[in-house]
Amino acid sequence: MAESISRSLRDGCMEGEHAPALTIEDSLASSLGSSVFDHFLANLVSQIAAGKSQARGLVLVAFNRSPAFYLELLRRKGVDAQHVDKRVRILDCYSDPLGWKKRVPPLKTAQNLPVKANVACFSDARDTNKLMASILDLGKEFVGQDKSRFAVAIDLVSSLLRYTSLPIVAGLVNKLRSNDQTSCIVWLIHSDLHEQRVSAALAYVSTMVASIQPIAQCTDEQTSQQNSVWLGKNSDKAKLHVRLKRRNGRVKLLAEELHLDQVGVKFTAVGDQNSNAAKSLLPKVQFNLQLSEQERVERAKVVLPYEHQGNGEEIQIYDGRRSLSDSISISQPSVASPVISDTQVAPGIGEIHYVRDSDDEQPDSDEDPDDDLDI
Amino acid sequence: MNPSFSSPTTNLLDEALGIGRTGSVPWRIALVQDCVEASGAFLLHHLLKRSLSAEAAGAVVFLGLAQPFSHYDRVLRKMGCNLSLQRNKNKLHFIDLLDLEFLVAGGTDQNAIEDGFMNLYNRILRFIEANNLMHNNGGWIRIIIDDISLLEIAAQGSSSHTFDFLQYCATLTSELDCSLLILNHGDIYSSEEDQRLLSHLDYLSDVVIKAETLSTGIAVDVHGQLTIINKRALGELGWSSSKVYNFQFKLKENAVEFFYPGTKF
Repeated sequence: MAESISRSLRDGCMEGEHAPALTIEDSLASSLGSSVFDHFLANLVSQIAAGKSQARGLVLVAFNRSPAFYLELLRRKGVDAQHVDKRVRILDCYSDPLGWKKRVPPLKTAQNLPVKANVACFSDARDTNKLMASILDLGKEFVGQDKSRFAVAIDLVSSLLRYTSLPIVAGLVNKLRSNDQTSCIVWLIHSDLHEQRVSAALAYVSTMVASIQPIAQCTDEQTSQQNSVWLGKNSDKAKLHVRLKRRNGRVKLLAEELHLDQVGVKFTAVGDQNSNAAKSLLPKVQFNLQLSEQERVERAKVVLPYEHQGNGEEIQIYDGRRSLSDSISISQPSVASPVISDTQVAPGIGEIHYVRDSDDEQPDSDEDPDDDLDI
Repeated sequence: MNPSFSSPTTNLLDEALGIGRTGSVPWRIALVQDCVEASGAFLLHHLLKRSLSAEAAGAVVFLGLAQPFSHYDRVLRKMGCNLSLQRNKNKLHFIDLLDLEFLVAGGTDQNAIEDGFMNLYNRILRFIEANNLMHNNGGWIRIIIDDISLLEIAAQGSSSHTFDFLQYCATLTSELDCSLLILNHGDIYSSEEDQRLLSHLDYLSDVVIKAETLSTGIAVDVHGQLTIINKRALGELGWSSSKVYNFQFKLKENAVEFFYPGTKF
C-alpha cells in the first residue's frame, strides 16, 4: 500500500489534471507522522535522482525541522550529495519565519558555516503569496525549456496554519495543485492541533490521505503505570489507514501496519495473528460472549421491522397489530413485521417476539375515558 | 574526601534524562508538565543544580517569571549550590521577569508584544555571545523558563506569540549547542483551543516529564510520581524510538529521592 502511494507520487499527474496530493496526518497518540513523511520524501527524492519520476526536482518547504536535518536525512538514505544539490531546493521557513534575526544583531561568535546553495531562507511566513512565489521561483530551476515539473513537500502544514487561516492555506494548496509545473505534493499535519474541519478541508483537496493511528487504544480508566506501558507500545508501531481517490471517483480504503527501526519506517500487511490476538483478549467468563455459527445464521434471517430489506421490494410500514403469518399471506415473505409469540411462523424465517403492553389491557366498557376531562 | 569535588550522584531522573557527568544532555527540548497537587518546580531546581555543578561544562540562562532570584538562591543553597556565586562567575544569567509587563512596555498591540518577545530573544542571544567569547565557543548553554503560563499572561493571553518565541528558542537548540527546559502547568487550560498549546509543546519537545499525584491519594513517604517520555532515547538523528520511565519521588529538605514503586523501605 505504501508502495502504491510512492508510485502515485512518482508518476505525477496526467495532462489536464491537478497534481496528486498526499496528506499525512498523525496525532500525539501516535506521533510517527514525521517519520512517515521522511520515508515518502526520501523515496521521492531517490526516484527523482534516478530519473524515474515525472518530477525533475523537489522543493521542500521546511517549517518543522532545519534544512541541515533534511540534508543529513537524505545522505543517510543513500541519496548522492551531488543529486541532492542538483535536484532538491529547501525553502527554510524554520530558522527565521518572522524575520526576527534580520532585526537583531547576529551572533559575532557564530561559526561561519558555509551557506548551502540549495537552501533559501524565508522570513515572512505570514505572507502566503510571497511563500507561493518563492516556491515557484525555486521550482523554476528544474523546469527548463521542456516544461518539466517539480514536486513540492511541506513538512508541517500545522505550522503554516499558525501563521495564517485555513481558507488561505487551502487556497495555497489548491494553487500549487493546479499549477502546470507541479508534479505532486506531500504534506504533514498534526490533526490534534486543529479543529476537525481543518483535517476535513485538507482531505478534500488531497487525492491520498494517510492517517496514522495507534496500535493499542488508550482508555480513560488507565492508570499512569498502564499509560506508560501504552505509550511504550505505541512509540514505534502504528497502523496506517489510507484513503485513495481514483480518477473515476472510486475511493479505496487500505490499511497497513508500520513500525520504526534504526533504518526507518517499515510497512507490513495487517496479519491474521492480529485477529487471533484480539480474540484471545476476550475475558474468560462462564457465559459465551460470542455468537455461534447457528446463531449468526438465525440473526441474519431476522426480518427487521420498519425497514426495507434492500431487495427492491416496496416498503411496507408495519402497523404493529398484524402477525407475521398474516403479512406473509398478504404479501411477500420479506415484508417486515413482528409476530405474536404463539403464532406459527414459516420455516426459515427469523422471528422477533414482541408483545405490546397495551394489548394486555382490555378497554373497560363501563368507563368513559373522557370522564376525567373538565371542559 | 571533600564532597564539593565529588562527582554528582546519579539517580533515576538523571538516568532517564541521560544527563552526563558534565551536565550535557542528549535532548534539545524538555517539557516539564505539572499540576497543582504535584508541583514540578523541584525538577527545575534539580536540573539547575546539575547544570551548575562543579563538573558542568556549560552555562544557564534562567527566565524567572514565577519567583524572584532570592527564592531560587535560597532553595539551591539548601541543595548545596550557590546561585549568587554562579551568577558572579557568569555561569548563570538570571533574567528577572517577575514584572509581567515587560512585554507591553511599548504598548499592548500585537506588534508591540511581538517586539517585546523579539527583545527578550535578543537578550538571550547576547548572553550566549558573551559566554562564547569568554569560553572561546566552548561549553553548552541551557535555557530554563519558569514558566510558560506566566509568559502567556505577560503576552496578554496570546499563545500564538508565546509559541513564536519558543520556536525561536528551539532554533537555537539546533544551530548552537543549546538545550531548552520549560515548565508548564497541565491543569490550567480549559478550552480546547488552549489545550492545543500543550499539544504544540508536546510535539516540540524531545522529552516530556509529567509530575502527578499518586492515583491512590496522598501518602507520607511518596509525594508523587513522574512519567518521563524520552522521544529521542538513543539520540540518533531522525530516529525517534521512545522510552518511557515511570517512578515515584519524595521531596526532602535538601534533596529529592527517586525510586521505583514498591522499592521504598
